[in-house]
Amino acid sequence: MAHDATHAHDDHGHAQPSGIMRWLTTTNHKDIGSLYMWFAGIMFLIAGTMALVIRAELFQPGLQVVDPEFFNQMTTLHGLIMVFGVIMPAWAGFANWQIPLMIGAPDMAFPRMNNWGFWLLPVAGFLLVLTLFMPGGGPAGGWTMYPPLFIQGGISYDLTIFAVHILGASSIMGSINIITTILNMRAPGMTMMKMPLFVWTWLITAYLLIATVPVLAGAVTMLLTDRNFDTHFFNAAGGGDPVMFQHIFWFFGHPEVYILILPAFGVVSQIIPTFARKPLFGYASMVYATASIAILSFIVWAHHMFTVGMPATAQLFFMYSTMLIAVPTGVKVFNWVATMWKGSMTFETPMLFAIAFVCLFTIGGFSGLVCAMTPVDIQIHDTYYVVAHFHYVLVSGALFAIIAGVYYWLPKWTGHMYDERLGKLHFWLSVISMNITFFPMHFLGLAGMPRRYADYALQFAEFNAIASVGAFLFGFSQLIFLYLIIKAIKGGQKATDQVWEGAEGLEWTVPSPAPYHTFETAPVVK
Amino acid sequence: MEKTENRILLRKLWIAALGMFGFGFLMVPFYNKICEVTGINSGDAQVLAKNTQVDTSRTITLEFDANVDANLPWRFTPVQSSISMHPGEMVQVLYEVENLTDRDITGQAIPSYGPQLAAQYVKKIECFCFTGQTLKAGEKRQMPVMMVMDPSLPADVNTITLSYTFFVHPEANKAAHAAGQGTNG
Repeated sequence: MAHDATHAHDDHGHAQPSGIMRWLTTTNHKDIGSLYMWFAGIMFLIAGTMALVIRAELFQPGLQVVDPEFFNQMTTLHGLIMVFGVIMPAWAGFANWQIPLMIGAPDMAFPRMNNWGFWLLPVAGFLLVLTLFMPGGGPAGGWTMYPPLFIQGGISYDLTIFAVHILGASSIMGSINIITTILNMRAPGMTMMKMPLFVWTWLITAYLLIATVPVLAGAVTMLLTDRNFDTHFFNAAGGGDPVMFQHIFWFFGHPEVYILILPAFGVVSQIIPTFARKPLFGYASMVYATASIAILSFIVWAHHMFTVGMPATAQLFFMYSTMLIAVPTGVKVFNWVATMWKGSMTFETPMLFAIAFVCLFTIGGFSGLVCAMTPVDIQIHDTYYVVAHFHYVLVSGALFAIIAGVYYWLPKWTGHMYDERLGKLHFWLSVISMNITFFPMHFLGLAGMPRRYADYALQFAEFNAIASVGAFLFGFSQLIFLYLIIKAIKGGQKATDQVWEGAEGLEWTVPSPAPYHTFETAPVVK
Repeated sequence: MEKTENRILLRKLWIAALGMFGFGFLMVPFYNKICEVTGINSGDAQVLAKNTQVDTSRTITLEFDANVDANLPWRFTPVQSSISMHPGEMVQVLYEVENLTDRDITGQAIPSYGPQLAAQYVKKIECFCFTGQTLKAGEKRQMPVMMVMDPSLPADVNTITLSYTFFVHPEANKAAHAAGQGTNG
């Protein structure tokens, strides 16, 4: 327990620092959750701006806005920041806010490590942005950090590697905290199979993080020593092998994409039952499906690198194992649909985003199946088809689930209802512009447009122009979201404790806004 | 009670994380071993890989000649006087050059072929003749030429003479001066 447990309400009685020091020294899971969310939000605006630079350049064929070197820096940093600086911290923010509330724990297991885990992030984020101001500009070798490019660049590549180390340390600390909290600090009666699905998905995600992030740390350490200390892990000139990096990186990289999406499955599994006013269909199968996706994620990594040259048997193995993941994922999609089936549904903003998630994530899943087929993948590898695929699962997947979760829990966090009219406007603008942006990329990829180039052949002009218009619309629509959050923090209609008519779970039993300390006496779950 | 349990779990999870960090490094010898056992991706295999474009039915004799312009006090000789090769095969030969003076000089080698039509069939991948060569006072150096003979070489050509002549680089001083900017073109 982080604080003395005598104060049941509010924090003003504590002799705790105020102003900036309150946030720097806080060990409260709600404070840290908010910090994570704000950090993710700020990095989202930075990396989103980079995406708009990319789309501005690609609006027309030829070079208009930036030079190709800077374009590549934008794609690299956009990818790195969106993955490590936006989606992962946002999920960590949800975990901090919600897991103790959902399992009836007073705080996270290790509050001081929690503080440290968060405050490492701004340092890493600062280093990543700082690379742009280094001699030679930011890293331009792609977010996957492949050698030989990544062992040839300048100082900004070392900074990027250092930032990845820090981000990794932060993730590991966060995961250890989450696992310990979930395993050891559940309220009496909260058995494993009674845990809300969001808690389950985060538990599995945290195990994935502990198993894979250290491997990434090892891979970038090898890059670092290849660059600076004359080792030759990946340097062909000294007998190393650049393909080795790809194998090690994707051993982390594929579980990583489930790290980004599993908590999204959890959030959607909380929201859909609430607004369908029915319990989640197939709770146990959801848990097993999540676990099997996590286990399968370790044996499919080479589908990211079918073109490096591997024996046909290996290609077949990775093709079939990849396709196998569609089975548990399909179980989940059918369960969500079955939960909505004959439910008394209402369509508040979180539900709209959750339904959009189910539809659009499934499109991303299907294009993933297309990519899984080796002969097809060899054609579309490194084309815009792949870009379309992973943006459907990350934007309309992970990001939409984050947005849905913010709308869903915002009244609990702030004590005020958000502006439903603006929320719906935000939803429709986002869902339409997201499709305008990324759907044409399927066609571009099938027609052979390669990714990571600042220029393209003339026949790709129309679809690129459409995608750029969609991207700007999407980008500016998110400002509505920012405005709406600030508005809800400042005031608005008072939220009830339960907030949503169909909401069930421990977090809805505490007042809105959730007091600084909750569940100091553990609730009993029947 | 809970505190100690938390600490035990903390220790276990940190050990797991450190173990996975080590596992990342273990993958390197592990993958190398897999490749060695299964014969995938080994360097030797790639060198020995059959290049279908090598025409082993023909053998070409390649003779080497070296000359130095009268104004250039260098000694310049091929290390081997001739070799036999198949069209399509990659070969590397060496030339030796020595600066006989006590000052630095930049020279430029100009190739010529006999018969002349061979020029379009000798594909050089690397050659000291691509750029000017600066030799310090008294410096002695061996320089490589890597090349492939185009398999479409006419059937009646069996012997090719490759000759280089070194001249004083006409703009040696200028070139040395402009080397920094010269790469932009």
